[in-house]
Amino acid sequence: MTENAYNFAYLDEQTKRMIRRAILKGLAIPGYQVPFASREMPMPYGWGTGGVQVSAAVLTPEDRFKVIDQGADDTTNAVSIRSFFQRTAGVATTTHTQEATVIQTRHRIPEEPLNEGQILVYQVPIPEPLRFLEPRETETRKMHALEEYGLMHVKLYEDIARHGHIATAYAYPVKVEGRYVMDPSPIPKFDNPKMSGNAAIQLFGAGREQRIYALPPYTQVVSLDFEDHPFEASKADHPCGLCGADDSYLDEVIVDDAGGRMFVCSDTDFCDARQSAGFKGKDAA
Amino acid sequence: MTPLLSVQDLSKMYGGHIGCKDVSFDLYPGEVMGIVGESGSGKSTLLNCMAGHLVPDAGQVVFDTRAEGPQDTVTMSEPERRMLGRTDWAFVHQHARDGLRMGVSAGGNVGERLMAVGARHYGDIRATATDWLERVEIDAGRIDDRPTTFSGGMQQRLQIARNLVTGPRLVFMDEPTGGLDVSVQARLLDLLRGLVRDMGLSAVIVTHDLAVVRLLADRLMVMKSGHVVEQGLTDQVLDDPQHGYTQLLVSSVLQV
Ligand SMILES: Nc1ncnc2c1ncn2[C@@H]1O[C@H](COP(=O)(O)OP(=O)(O)OP(=O)(O)O)[C@@H](O)[C@H]1O
Ligand SMILES: [Mg+2]
Repeated sequence: MTENAYNFAYLDEQTKRMIRRAILKGLAIPGYQVPFASREMPMPYGWGTGGVQVSAAVLTPEDRFKVIDQGADDTTNAVSIRSFFQRTAGVATTTHTQEATVIQTRHRIPEEPLNEGQILVYQVPIPEPLRFLEPRETETRKMHALEEYGLMHVKLYEDIARHGHIATAYAYPVKVEGRYVMDPSPIPKFDNPKMSGNAAIQLFGAGREQRIYALPPYTQVVSLDFEDHPFEASKADHPCGLCGADDSYLDEVIVDDAGGRMFVCSDTDFCDARQSAGFKGKDAA
Repeated sequence: MTPLLSVQDLSKMYGGHIGCKDVSFDLYPGEVMGIVGESGSGKSTLLNCMAGHLVPDAGQVVFDTRAEGPQDTVTMSEPERRMLGRTDWAFVHQHARDGLRMGVSAGGNVGERLMAVGARHYGDIRATATDWLERVEIDAGRIDDRPTTFSGGMQQRLQIARNLVTGPRLVFMDEPTGGLDVSVQARLLDLLRGLVRDMGLSAVIVTHDLAVVRLLADRLMVMKSGHVVEQGLTDQVLDDPQHGYTQLLVSSVLQV
């Protein structure tokens, strides 16, 4: 079979229309989980099938597409999703946050502020923030409908009781426009503040769980907390070893087999750009 | 005086089978109503219809709400009814595991209702939970333990603390001492009696155990085949039963 046998961006137009309807509904009700009929994709669940379907539904031939996985453009997962759309949609791709019109992401929000006109597509494994304490779907739906969110604070309470502080570091729950409680996907809580008031459209796709939700531009997103244990967007307390940035989210990497470690920006594009501009960290060659 | 709860002609069928039929009574503030009857007589059905867990086929359950006075809870909106369920009402299940979150610490279990009504200060929530654990005679040092590590009696006391922490005005209890050892039952009853008295609680208690109603209930309803066959002051009903079924029950000829 030739590649021309695929419809633009793989999915047929009927399916894309269905997904776009779900996206529009999600944008109209920020933070609300819209069910959609998730399709089989030529990749396993857990590899971002929800994000891929959302990207397929919003991509146009003029778009420039970027994929990041834990901040990096060059992991196997990121490369394979990027090449998937190169082949099935023929769209241009980029690693530069500024140049991209659609960015699909797993586990990070780019460091560079996004602009109007950009779309950020998150891959979501578990869309239901209440799942942890209430496994019954009928009950969690009712809780969302009636704004019964006390349970979310029980989870944070348990965290503090056990660890002395809110230990939840990823998928930190947020409240959207004072209404829906939402799971931001497993991004580090460091990224949570970037969701709020963001100029870009943010779309969340969960393939296995068949849910789409969304944040229109400039939506208010507040991380849940207690008065005496306020939310903190924490990160490792170091500058980046390569570019010296002290305000970006860092990964700890092992650099030799003698236990040597260094902290580097998890956002590779951000780090590269800074290094090209002449910024240097203490570990830079 | 306005009754706190006024139940009128409450009926529930299961297909062609009677759950409870035409039950009416008033409960005044500070009163405890006991419901006794043999297995299958409709006690739990009645209680669940009153508490909004089951939808009755007919009848009214009028509760004297704080904000708007007497309201029929059967026809009020679901959000309003659920709000009542976590503020002015409490429900103590026979099996503690039905009324507790077994994966959450004792403190989290007690704190949940506080957080559900907007408490957002960890230190305050924890202080209140500690206080309540002590009130139900659970060592405050167990606050971070899960109920799975508690004995049956402790679990039941924890369930009671979790329910009473928001100061409800009406508590529904379905056999709160059922399934516990006799000595554990006695201690729990003592505790319940103290709490009911100190908090001025109104309660509806379903039980198999006449000793429970003697100790806790001001008034008593006797059910048989879904119908109330006799009701009155507890001592009156127990000491001078009028209905033949109640006479059998009191003379313990009937194993309830
Ligand atoms: N879900 C149901 N479906 C059909 N019939 C039911 C259901 N629940 C209860 N019943 C029937 O309704 C009648 C009343 O049951 P209910 O559970 O209210 O009795 P009970 O007095 O609480 O009994 P027990 O003392 O054993 O708890 C019984 O005949 C019972 O079999
Ligand atoms: Mg029963």
